[in-house]
Amino acid sequence: MGYRVFIFVLLLITWVLLSGQFDAFHLILGLISCALVTWMSSDLLFRTREDPVMQRVQEGWKLVWYFLWMLWQIFLANIAILKLALSPSALQQVNPSIVHFKTKLKSDFAKFLLANSITLTPGTVTIKIRGDDFYVHAINEEAAAGLDGEMERRIARIYRAERAASSSESSGEEDSQ
Amino acid sequence: MNTFFVWSGIALLLMMVPIFYRMHIGPTAIDRILAVNVIGTKTAVLLVFIGTIFPGGRIEMFVDFALAYGLLNFIGSLAAARYFHRSKAVAGEIDVEGEAEGS
Amino acid sequence: MSIIINIISIVFILAGLVFFFGSVVGVVRFPDFYTRMHAAGKGDTLSSLLVVMGFAVYHLGQIHWTDFAWADLLVVIKLLAICAFIMLTSPTATHALMDAGYEDGIEPLLRKKGNALQDEEIGDRR
Repeated sequence: MGYRVFIFVLLLITWVLLSGQFDAFHLILGLISCALVTWMSSDLLFRTREDPVMQRVQEGWKLVWYFLWMLWQIFLANIAILKLALSPSALQQVNPSIVHFKTKLKSDFAKFLLANSITLTPGTVTIKIRGDDFYVHAINEEAAAGLDGEMERRIARIYRAERAASSSESSGEEDSQ
Repeated sequence: MNTFFVWSGIALLLMMVPIFYRMHIGPTAIDRILAVNVIGTKTAVLLVFIGTIFPGGRIEMFVDFALAYGLLNFIGSLAAARYFHRSKAVAGEIDVEGEAEGS
Repeated sequence: MSIIINIISIVFILAGLVFFFGSVVGVVRFPDFYTRMHAAGKGDTLSSLLVVMGFAVYHLGQIHWTDFAWADLLVVIKLLAICAFIMLTSPTATHALMDAGYEDGIEPLLRKKGNALQDEEIGDRR
């Protein structure tokens, strides 16, 4: 029930932002359509619903800070790309390899975040995710060495379930090659 | 301020031309889709430029256009990617089981 | 005050154009599909982000705080929404194209024997 109210409020915020009309007619129309969508298909948005809603909100808040950190990483990545593209000996500096590592993250959304972050950080792009296995294309040796799991720890810090999972397992089973 | 927006919009437009070149020569189909994807994202940005310098100030309209264009661009490139994901199997060149040897 | 805001937005937009230039040069110059993807995926994301943010700052400066209208603020919020949207979708599209390219059988340019994907993959491909 809590989740339904949460989804309804999210939809209503989206409606108000996108319509930009504040008279009674449009607001009532928004209420009716948000209620209809929540009633029919609210089970599409959140897969697992064991956690209380407030925890989700806290995770969303932490996610904002994570995105700010990632913005800085994208900035560094772009400076690296700019340097590489404009240097005359770019073709000699390119030394690609495909790196494999296993992640300890469990949920789909955390894996999606990790893949996006890998794509946006300097010199690495995710090629394939299969279960726990990540295959990453690294543009040179330094970029491949940079995949030390720091990002994974940051993502695991956002989610309580992931934190519990990663602290119980033993670390250090990455095999990059 | 408006002259700055006009000239930076023109610069953005001119920088799309090399990507058209990549779209033209691109050795593989995915290269071309990549170029189309980049151009599509930049078109969404260009719509914001146009909305800002539009006489009469209709930015609230053009922001909606940009949002919808970005969405369409994303869905389009996902659909193209899904299509090429399976294209070899669809074309019958290889059977799905023995795909690793063919690549 | 408005001059400072205008200068900030000019800096954002120019930075976006510079990074887009880097991405364009990368897309044209890099040797194979995967490295071109590096340039396109990263440069495209950050340059769009910076330009749209510059416009968000500019339109924030355009709001008349004396006779306040919600429509003006909604423009800024929508521009920020475009930013968040680009940040989520652009890497996803890059990843989808990368995956499709690999499945389509484009050979990556590798200097040494380092293809972890091919070593383990023979026999268990879907």
